[in-house]
Amino acid sequence: MTSAVELSGITKRFGDVVAVDNVDLSIADGEFFAMLGPSGCGKTTTLRLIAGLEFPTEGSLSIFGQEVGTLTPDKRPVNTVFQNYALFPHLTVLENVGFGLKMQGTDKETIRSRSMEMIELVQLDGLAERKPSQMSGGQQQRVALARALVNQPKVLLLDEPLGALDLKLRQEMQLELKKLQRDVGISFVFVTHDQEEALTMSDRIAVMDDGKLLQVATPEEIYERPANRFVADFIGQTNLLEGTVSDAETVILENGISVRAKNGFTAGTHVAVSLRPERAHIQSQGEFEEGWSHINGSVETVTYLGNALIYGIKLDWMELEVREENHPGVELHRPGAEITVSWDPEAISVVSD
Amino acid sequence: MKTVVKTDTETATATPEFEKAALRQESRRGLFLALPAYLYLIFFFVISLFIVFIYSFATRNRFGGTDLSGWNLDSYARISEPIVRDVLFRSIWLAFLTTVICLVIAYPFAYFLSTRRVAVRNIMLVFVMIPFWTNFLVRNFAWRVILGNNGPLTNATEFVGLGSAELLFTQTAVVLGLVYGYLPFMILPLYAAIERIDRRLLEASRDLYGTGFQSFRHVLFPLSMPGVIAGSILVFVPSLGAYVTPEILGGAKTTLLGSYIVTQFLTARNWPFGAALSFVLMLVMLVTTIVYFRKGGRTL
Repeated sequence: MTSAVELSGITKRFGDVVAVDNVDLSIADGEFFAMLGPSGCGKTTTLRLIAGLEFPTEGSLSIFGQEVGTLTPDKRPVNTVFQNYALFPHLTVLENVGFGLKMQGTDKETIRSRSMEMIELVQLDGLAERKPSQMSGGQQQRVALARALVNQPKVLLLDEPLGALDLKLRQEMQLELKKLQRDVGISFVFVTHDQEEALTMSDRIAVMDDGKLLQVATPEEIYERPANRFVADFIGQTNLLEGTVSDAETVILENGISVRAKNGFTAGTHVAVSLRPERAHIQSQGEFEEGWSHINGSVETVTYLGNALIYGIKLDWMELEVREENHPGVELHRPGAEITVSWDPEAISVVSD
Repeated sequence: MKTVVKTDTETATATPEFEKAALRQESRRGLFLALPAYLYLIFFFVISLFIVFIYSFATRNRFGGTDLSGWNLDSYARISEPIVRDVLFRSIWLAFLTTVICLVIAYPFAYFLSTRRVAVRNIMLVFVMIPFWTNFLVRNFAWRVILGNNGPLTNATEFVGLGSAELLFTQTAVVLGLVYGYLPFMILPLYAAIERIDRRLLEASRDLYGTGFQSFRHVLFPLSMPGVIAGSILVFVPSLGAYVTPEILGGAKTTLLGSYIVTQFLTARNWPFGAALSFVLMLVMLVTTIVYFRKGGRTL
């Protein structure tokens, strides 16, 4: 099956700055695909390259097998939901939604009926004659979606679509977007800097940094088996314990103790053991689960979150963060308490630069 | 600012009366600050205009003076005379032509300007304003040199074998001069309007299958309407009443309203008629301005 979007060897330079560096990427039809990374990592530029708002410096870009790298945006079967929506302020909701069809020369009756249909689909019935400035952020977001989807694009591109909404609305829209994507059945490619959003919504995630594609995988894989130190650190919270590979089963940490850690690196490689806060467990000193790795330390800070407790743990040579769920009857450790941190050797990952 | 009314430091519980008094004092202070401008305009503009208005209903006496008795509409009635009508229509037509040409030339330039880096923009804006540093009269005489016999233009057309282009003292020369004189008034508001438009709206239009021209027609141009209106009024109004340029570059055949009014006051010594013409001119300007704003208001 041909991919919905295929990038091979795509590079984009702005003067001396390499915004996108030799990216190979294949997005399947019907996939909810996230591009994740810190600001300036090249994710938005990649999206704009697919949309045709930028032309690649090098490489090949195809949509459903058709090479489109040199086509202008109006010649590509994709539509974009822009950051902050970029709705036309001088047009009504109905005219905004119908814009794409009008530009393609569709007859007025069809434009009207299809636009109204789409306005209903995004639950804006009755607001068709409003101007964008008379609508809330969430409503504008829906208009932007309708304006793009009414054209029945083969791929929908979304640039930080939820970035301008407040937290509660954002969480609602996450689910709604996901549902909408299932309903229309096309691929959604969306750019975000919010790793939680990417994990919640996507079938697959591409993590980018400094113009390079670091890892493309499902949310589970990205979280459980990060490709390198950057991905481990960027996705979710983690503790990175520096060390050196001893053999395929063992890593020697900085302070000299060895821990069990399955890895694929050759002996002597400098690595870090990524220990997620919720994967570690703390008990009174000397107590730990059978077969688990363990280190002694002391509690420095306790942050009460309601559903969980975040412990700042001081070890001999570094600090750790540990998250304990706030179950009924959970043992509370006070700052200064001597404790043992332990973890299941299967629950960690080993990463290098 | 709690003690707006009371100047001493004594404080008391707020009352509606106190609030009302404070608001009144605030608005009085605003009026006081605007007073110099009001007085200046009333004294030098409204009063003199009122005098002209009164004169427009008076009668010219046999010695070229004005009789301020016996009010009538004779001066206004003369506007239907063919000569006067021709002058009026010609003036409106040339002002309209000037406005359209300015718009066509200025729009691409203003757009180009808005796409440059800020430093480049500022330099180019200075270039647009440099002509203002030279006296308007001098610049019009410079055009006379350019367009005149043995001037650079006729020399050039003769050189390429088109014969001598005799433009001086024609309507074309007047329009050329007016366009030259008022082009900056079109560029500046257009640039200000276009510069404010969010570039992503154009990207959105392109993304929604709009061609470059469609994006201009359906997004850029409608959104730049405030600039188009402001620029058009700033060019049309002075072009309609222009006096210096038609006098210097136009010939006797192309008398325009500005010159015609001056003639009434100075040569013909018919002050009532000149005053009436002035008011007709203002009426035309007022009507076009209102129509223009209405039209613009709809598209926005």
